[in-house]
Amino acid sequence: MTEGYARRPRVGLFVTCLIDLMRPSVGFAAVRLLEAAGCEVIVPRAQTCCGQPAYNSGDQASAKAIAKTTIAAFEGLDYVVAPSGSCAAMLKLHYPRLMAGDADAEARARAFAERVHELVAFLVDVRGMSEVPGAFAGRVTYHDGCSGLRELKIKQQPRRLLAAVAGLELIEMAGTDVCCGFGGLFAVKFPDISNAMVTAKSANVEAAAPELLLAGELGCLLNVAGKLSRQGSPVGCRHVAEVLAGEMSAPPIARPASGGAS
Amino acid sequence: MKPAAAFEAGIAAALANPSLQAALADVPAGFVAGRARVKAALPEFEALRRTGRDIRDHTLAHLDLYLEAFERNAERAGARVHWAATGAEACDIILDICREAGARVVTKSKSMVSEEIGLRARLEAAALDVVETDLGEYIIQIRGETPSHIIAPAIHLRAGDVADDFRRRHAHLDAARDLSAAEALVGEARGVLREKFLTAEVGITGANFLVAETGSAIVVTNEGNADLTMSLPKVHIVLASIDKVVPTLNDAWPLLRLLARSATGQEFTAYTTLVTGPRRAGDIDGPEACHVVIVDNGRADLLRSKLRPVLRCIRCGACMNHCPVYCAIGGHAYGSVYPGPIGAVLAPALAGTAQAGHLAQASTFCGRCEEVCPVEIPLVSLMRHWREMAIDMPGSRRSRALLRAWAWLAERPRAYRPVAAIAAATLGRLGRARGKFAALPFAERWTRHRDLPAPQGRTFQDLYARRKREVAP
Repeated sequence: MTEGYARRPRVGLFVTCLIDLMRPSVGFAAVRLLEAAGCEVIVPRAQTCCGQPAYNSGDQASAKAIAKTTIAAFEGLDYVVAPSGSCAAMLKLHYPRLMAGDADAEARARAFAERVHELVAFLVDVRGMSEVPGAFAGRVTYHDGCSGLRELKIKQQPRRLLAAVAGLELIEMAGTDVCCGFGGLFAVKFPDISNAMVTAKSANVEAAAPELLLAGELGCLLNVAGKLSRQGSPVGCRHVAEVLAGEMSAPPIARPASGGAS
Repeated sequence: MKPAAAFEAGIAAALANPSLQAALADVPAGFVAGRARVKAALPEFEALRRTGRDIRDHTLAHLDLYLEAFERNAERAGARVHWAATGAEACDIILDICREAGARVVTKSKSMVSEEIGLRARLEAAALDVVETDLGEYIIQIRGETPSHIIAPAIHLRAGDVADDFRRRHAHLDAARDLSAAEALVGEARGVLREKFLTAEVGITGANFLVAETGSAIVVTNEGNADLTMSLPKVHIVLASIDKVVPTLNDAWPLLRLLARSATGQEFTAYTTLVTGPRRAGDIDGPEACHVVIVDNGRADLLRSKLRPVLRCIRCGACMNHCPVYCAIGGHAYGSVYPGPIGAVLAPALAGTAQAGHLAQASTFCGRCEEVCPVEIPLVSLMRHWREMAIDMPGSRRSRALLRAWAWLAERPRAYRPVAAIAAATLGRLGRARGKFAALPFAERWTRHRDLPAPQGRTFQDLYARRKREVAP
């Protein structure tokens, strides 16, 4: 790549708790993309969750403690990259706010926040990536996760990289910027409202008639894939990094491994 | 029923109400598309929002100064200004003015603060014939309902829903008359309201803005009903809350441009009226007396709190039009005067957290409300503020304990990793055959409506560590 003799940037992957627990293949897709973009990838062991469940439930004290753990885990790295818009926004925008009133901690959180990026935005905006390893012959549609879209202004970057995937045709669905109804704990605090929202989202997905629904947010994907699966839809759901990286050996979300029961 | 339980019941009723759902389904093509259209036609719209925010912030920072200037200039123009600390006080003042005017009939144009302080009920209890003159509000009044939206009070209804209410209320109606079209309802309401406009002794309007520089009230409508309400009776009462003041007329224009665009997708409202005091010598019409009742009702406390930005609100309703939660359940489920995101922030402050604190939970924090707010109120942060207040309440004990237990683990990566690995392995094994769970004992609130995707079975940390070991020399 362009690095020549320059040192490759050391990128700490913030895996996110959902990807760690539910879909590690997305983490490997992120590693492959970062390496393809000329980065050295480091996965700190001392990371867990970004703290959104506590923060958005009003438990500032817990969120603050988790934030300090995360910041310490990524000491000394050039960048911190997360394959999730909402986790990246938490690290980048909300950690400094959480530390307000504690000058030292706030300064550390700000220095940390400057190094934080969402995966796809990092690849495009920081690394200038224009070619991707993945290939996919078929129609896809893309759902904009709310935090990535509105807090980090991620809109064009995933579309730019998807346009570089050989064979891929992106069909824009209606209401791509409208929330899918996940909202973290919202989905279980208000299951019936959440259902009304994900039903509307699923209808928009189905109307676009793609083979795959992609998004940069596993939370949204678990929600929409769960709904599409319940409705018996043929549309598969994947994290956008899987398609970009060509890491598609795992079945789509909520689907059994090919061959069925094992 | 406790307020939070009433909210749950309201949500269930709203989701099961097909005519409400049909009415709400029109919001995206109506208000949302309308705003998008006028925004696209005004390249400086985002700059205008910042201007609007700055005007409101400046005014709030010097609110005492501008309120006193308003009082001085309004009285100079012949109006009388009354101050009310609470809603009850404002109602008392207005009732006294009505009695003094010998009023039997009182016309009213739409005013959210009058809803907030329960003015109509108070005047009706004193045997006054109070008539709402905004069509939507009139419909709500004859149905015995409350507004379900701050600018479109009858948004939860369609024309066909209200024909029966008109027949019940309007004894003169010919049973054969077709009322199925909106135009027919408007014609019928107009006939009834015209008579009330002409007989009313007192007319009450709200104010979109009070202008400190001139002592004027600015009232906008699309029906012209406020103009008849304020100019035909012999006494005009303006009811406004303390946050409605702006320094000068020049400050009002950008706010009016933002208001019409954000609210209805219009460039300007059909009627924008400035009223400054009562009729002057030489005026061909206008009331003999003009009173301005300015009510605090909890806002001064907000001014001194973290919630101050909520006082920027110009009541356009864009936050509710763009809120996927509001658009799923409508306004009545909230059980508060102000629904939607602005209601979730304002209602706990005005009505108390016991009454309305739970409303701040009903958001995915998708941020669409903030994105469209014409004065950039950080609605998500303010809703989160109420959640921070709620977490320490005794009612949150169980969820707080669960959250703290999880947080305890999340703060300890060494303990977290094996727990995550066990969870991934267990669920992964159970779900492998189907790739999903249609039901799980502890996840009923998730699986009620959708499947739970099964995890792949190993955590990323586990797999990555293994891969590292394999490639290591």
